Amino acid sequence: MNLDAKSTKKQKIQVNAPGKKRKRGASLDVRKARAGWIFILPFLIGFALIYLPIILDSIKYSFHEIDIVIGGGFELTWVGLQNYRHALFVDPTFVTTLFTGLQQLILDIPSIVLFSLFIAIILNQKIAGRAAFRAIFFIPVILTTGLIDSIDASNTLSAYMEESSGIDDGSGQESTATEIISVMDVEALFKNMMVGKEILEYVVGLVNNIFGIVNRCGVQMLIFLSGLQGISPAIYESCSIDGASGWETFWKVTLPMVSPIILVNTVYTIIDAFTSSDNEVMAYIAGVREQADGNVLASAMSWMYFLIVILIIAAVAGLLSAFVFYQRRD
Amino acid sequence: MNKAENQTMKVKETKNRIKADFERTPFWERMRAKFINLYTIKKVVWYIFKFLLLLGISYVILFPFYSKIASSFMSKEDFVNVTVRLIPRNPTLGTYKAIIVDNKYFIALLNTFVLSLVCAVLQTFVSCLVGYGFAKFKFKGNNILFMLVIFTMVVPHSTLYLSMFMKFRYFDIFGIVNLLGGGVIDSFRVLEETSINMINTNWPLYILSATGLAYKNGLYIFLMRQFFKGIPDELEESAYLDGYGVFKTFFKIIIPLSVTMMITVFMFSFCWQWTDNFYTEMFYTTTGDLLLPDIVKVPKSIDTNYAAKEMYTSAIRNTCGILIVAPLIVLYLFGQKYIVQGIERSGITG
Repeated sequence: MNLDAKSTKKQKIQVNAPGKKRKRGASLDVRKARAGWIFILPFLIGFALIYLPIILDSIKYSFHEIDIVIGGGFELTWVGLQNYRHALFVDPTFVTTLFTGLQQLILDIPSIVLFSLFIAIILNQKIAGRAAFRAIFFIPVILTTGLIDSIDASNTLSAYMEESSGIDDGSGQESTATEIISVMDVEALFKNMMVGKEILEYVVGLVNNIFGIVNRCGVQMLIFLSGLQGISPAIYESCSIDGASGWETFWKVTLPMVSPIILVNTVYTIIDAFTSSDNEVMAYIAGVREQADGNVLASAMSWMYFLIVILIIAAVAGLLSAFVFYQRRD
Repeated sequence: MNKAENQTMKVKETKNRIKADFERTPFWERMRAKFINLYTIKKVVWYIFKFLLLLGISYVILFPFYSKIASSFMSKEDFVNVTVRLIPRNPTLGTYKAIIVDNKYFIALLNTFVLSLVCAVLQTFVSCLVGYGFAKFKFKGNNILFMLVIFTMVVPHSTLYLSMFMKFRYFDIFGIVNLLGGGVIDSFRVLEETSINMINTNWPLYILSATGLAYKNGLYIFLMRQFFKGIPDELEESAYLDGYGVFKTFFKIIIPLSVTMMITVFMFSFCWQWTDNFYTEMFYTTTGDLLLPDIVKVPKSIDTNYAAKEMYTSAIRNTCGILIVAPLIVLYLFGQKYIVQGIERSGITG
């Protein structure tokens, strides 16, 4: 009897409490939501007033012809799909450049993601001079961008200097003398293995392009490193107590735990690779822009390119997210 | 009682026996048993492999810098001489001097410094604000708006080259300038022009930075958001309980906590703005301020017209590159530990 009364009393309190809390919480939530809007206000203003008009203009221009009027202003004439038609059917090299460029990028992306994961795992372990190695590995991402890249692209000198040393330095000059390994050597090595010539050439290409890959791995490496740091050491400890080898730990613990980051990094790599100005398609579009009357044509081309990129990102993200493992957190 | 005594005796005995065995085995045999087994060997081999791999890649990264620095000290004769490769035979500072004097290096340095500093500070602060807004506040459309941030990252800025140029060449928001300039009703004329020409000023980049739309700002916002998501909510709740408002909490508690992450973002934005050539090409035509990309050319006082012209020219261009990144290297030496720390603490997951 007594007990019963107590429990009902308790229930009453329990019923009461959430109601009160919800009421107070709601007003706080509203206030917090308002504050949230204020925090993201700079971006919102910029997006609505500057970015969106720019995007819309860019789409608009791709359907127009543009003439700068002397004395200020410009004139647009509607030409419909002519720019797109020109890019697809008249321009002799655009379509082929697009396809070879996309092919190259699709081959590059897994290698960049895997390489950055591999290096991040090594840099995360205890090794002599780890701090120094980390500092060195992040040099390219800070320094070898934009301007320095464009200087390197026309660098005949270092190609000459490397004739003796044989490494790739991003100078864009390729000769047999500057390759680390040649296809011939590897072919001799793998003759008896049943791997196709394409795979062979792919691997050799990767090794010889090591500078380019390291160069493009910086941000991904950082993100992976932080992800690896986020894995609780307790999991590794219990693994080693249960007698798991490093190999097993990698496949059963590390890989599932970093799989969300692999997704993030893959998407980032795709975006980075597709939008960087040194890939073939972007370089071609930039070249078109330099031509007389090429501005609108370049806009049309890059919108088509952008659509393809979006499709690829959606496809890859959809595919990968099926394999991603999320640790439930509470 | 007896049983227990017996057991302790047994344990003692075995302990003694092990100790005796241990002392009887020679030192070398003991060491061999300890170190020459598959486990240790595997570990050592793996360690050496890792170390060599890191060393090799570090070499790949550092060698181009070395070759550039070496060639920047070479004099004209060294480029004709085939035996000179990696170490200059007639070291000279002439190339540096010519670039600094003829190409007005210091003016360009100052201009770029001002531009990069303002942009980097703006970008860091704005991405901090926006990232915090996305991370800690639940409001309608939070996720959709964050998709817009990602969207700005996905659209290559070169896609928008023409329209961005036009936007800032004929800058006008809501037609306000047009109105004041008398474009609509002539009696309101306050300004001379019907739009503002921002080309050749720093304003386009400042505006883009202040609204989180400049180069890779989506990435910074993303990094900041992930970092703030890792900060426990209890921290802010206790601040609210103590009577702090949302903004006071942000400035007094959150910002001091996120200094390392902010330094990371600052480093990225400063360095990427410093070496940027896309925007500077777009927003600064020939008559604008002298910026660092403008100094990459052969100085007037150097005569490159001789046998090794091509190599000498590229050595000069490399020297320009060294002069451009030299301040960044100094910055990096001070800031690199924050980059790694900041990222490590962010605990990015998905």
